[in-house]
Amino acid sequence: MKVLRLPKSPKVLLGLGILGFFILMTIIGPWLAPYNPSATNFAANLTPSAHHWLGTTSLGQDIYSQLLVGARATMVVALLAGLVATILSVTIGVAAGYLGGLSDDGLSLLSNVFLAIPGLPLLIVIDSYLPVNSRSNTFVIGLIISLTGWAWGARVLRAQTMSLRNRDFVEAARIIGEKRHRIMFSEIAPNLLPVLASSFLFTVLYAIGAYVTLAYIGLTSTAVWNWGTMLYWAQANNAPLSNEWYWFVPPGICIALVGTGLALVNFGIDEFINPRLRAGGLTSRQRRKLGLPRRVRLGLTPVLRPAKAPRVSTAPAKLVSQ
Amino acid sequence: MRMIIRRLSLYALTAWVAITVNFLLPRLMPGNPVQTMIGKLTGQVTAAEMNAIQLSFGGSFKQGLFAQYFTYLTQLFHGNFGSSITLGAPVGAILRESVPWTVGLIGVSTIVSFAVGTFAGALLGWTRGSRLDSLIPTATFFQAIPYFFLGTVMLLVFASNLHWFPVLGAYSQNATPGWNWNFVGNVIRYGELPVISIVLSSIAGWMLGMRNMMITMVGEDFVLMAVAKGLPRRKVIMHAARNAILPSIANLSLAIGLVVSGALLVELVFNYPGVGDLLLQAVLNEDYPLIQGIFLVITLTVLCANLIADVVYLALDPRTRTEAAV
Repeated sequence: MKVLRLPKSPKVLLGLGILGFFILMTIIGPWLAPYNPSATNFAANLTPSAHHWLGTTSLGQDIYSQLLVGARATMVVALLAGLVATILSVTIGVAAGYLGGLSDDGLSLLSNVFLAIPGLPLLIVIDSYLPVNSRSNTFVIGLIISLTGWAWGARVLRAQTMSLRNRDFVEAARIIGEKRHRIMFSEIAPNLLPVLASSFLFTVLYAIGAYVTLAYIGLTSTAVWNWGTMLYWAQANNAPLSNEWYWFVPPGICIALVGTGLALVNFGIDEFINPRLRAGGLTSRQRRKLGLPRRVRLGLTPVLRPAKAPRVSTAPAKLVSQ
Repeated sequence: MRMIIRRLSLYALTAWVAITVNFLLPRLMPGNPVQTMIGKLTGQVTAAEMNAIQLSFGGSFKQGLFAQYFTYLTQLFHGNFGSSITLGAPVGAILRESVPWTVGLIGVSTIVSFAVGTFAGALLGWTRGSRLDSLIPTATFFQAIPYFFLGTVMLLVFASNLHWFPVLGAYSQNATPGWNWNFVGNVIRYGELPVISIVLSSIAGWMLGMRNMMITMVGEDFVLMAVAKGLPRRKVIMHAARNAILPSIANLSLAIGLVVSGALLVELVFNYPGVGDLLLQAVLNEDYPLIQGIFLVITLTVLCANLIADVVYLALDPRTRTEAAV
């Protein structure tokens, strides 16, 4: 697939590796967990040992099991919110960009309003009114997070659609009488794939942050294990001030690593969209391989064009100075 | 000018949406949280207070929805946000005490983070492909850490273990608040660690955005021209940076909302007496009038900040002005 032709920079590979690891953890984590994360039948406040890799909480729960089990809820909410928000932003962004006129004005206004309202306080207000049984429902939480997270993607997609809508292939589709929704979703949307992917990753990143934050301030059910509830309990029991780093550091690191993975893959997509960044992201060894000058020269940002055939090492990459 | 009016009307509309959401949410939510709240309060508050609560939340549906909405708006315009259930004081008065702390903390951090991040990003973009590029994954890692977690770790390491910074609060308990050097110095001292943690978590965004724009700019002809003219290196960089900074400023209004959301939680961690701390208390106590008041104030403040950022952008980039004139 041409679509998967991400630049093979070390950043992207690292990002994909990290994401792969955590997706695996999401799938098999709960089975790997050595104990029931809620069971309180161990001694309290144990430091890490062979039996309890990350020690126990002040209630005597195994922290390592909580971390493994908590991965699932965290990732599921984040991916769900990312997916729903992306669907919303494609629908609204592409429609606004393609239809133009009044519908554009209305839809842009909608997304601008959502962009201007600070997301987290809005989420907190919505969430604080939810009945308790909905707060434990990961789907409900995922949906309301996506409600506050779609607007940025819609704005970017609208701008991209506007630049596409007068291209020849869209004109051609219009002339042969294709329906509007077909032009929007079968002709234009596939060309937005890199932008779409990037906006999806960003939304997932936002959703993880939002979900963990909601859990951290105690607005999701504490009965569902996720990395935010772990931090909530750690904070509630003063783990940071009593030096119980093994309690609150691991979930924080996991969140940060997932985020880093997402952002690194996003760099790859950025480099894919903007050929100038592509050359900027190369290591010096790769530059040499491609026949680029090792030191970056001024006024000469090489635009790397993807080769049609597998690149033969003797053929130097085209240098285009623009 | 037309551009400013357009932005103004957008923000006015946004403010109206926020107010309306605030009005509708408690009335539309399943499970009727207001009835639950009123049930809990019976016996705790006087009949007059109960009446006021019912009025502001639509607990009693004697009035129609539109009449309720009208009452709600009139009250808001008189600066009446209702009164907090747990603290027993008007929400407006409570907020007046905590808002300046938050605005100060977030304002300073945002400016520092924008200035330092943009400068670092310009340098990174200029020296692209060098060793310095390895800073990027590190910066990304910091960006991906939730603000409150970074704050917690920094509190643990630098305040409670190394004792480099004071631990909690906005000023020492011995200090008496007032406009004198002693107190102001004390506030600055207590503010250092929260500001550093907010800056660390938010700086990567500015840095990366600026770096990417810089890389694109360095390929432009006018930069080559500047070099060809023999301008000193520093001037060339400034020349490119001035052009690369525009998208960062355009994004400023977007980022303010994000920074505010994150910083609210930093306040939590540091027990900073600002709006974030208040919000948590309100959430834990299910103090709906207070939650709503805080949400409104945060939203309105963010909108004002956005407006300022927009005006700055218009002043800096003549192209946006001509576009608006067409």
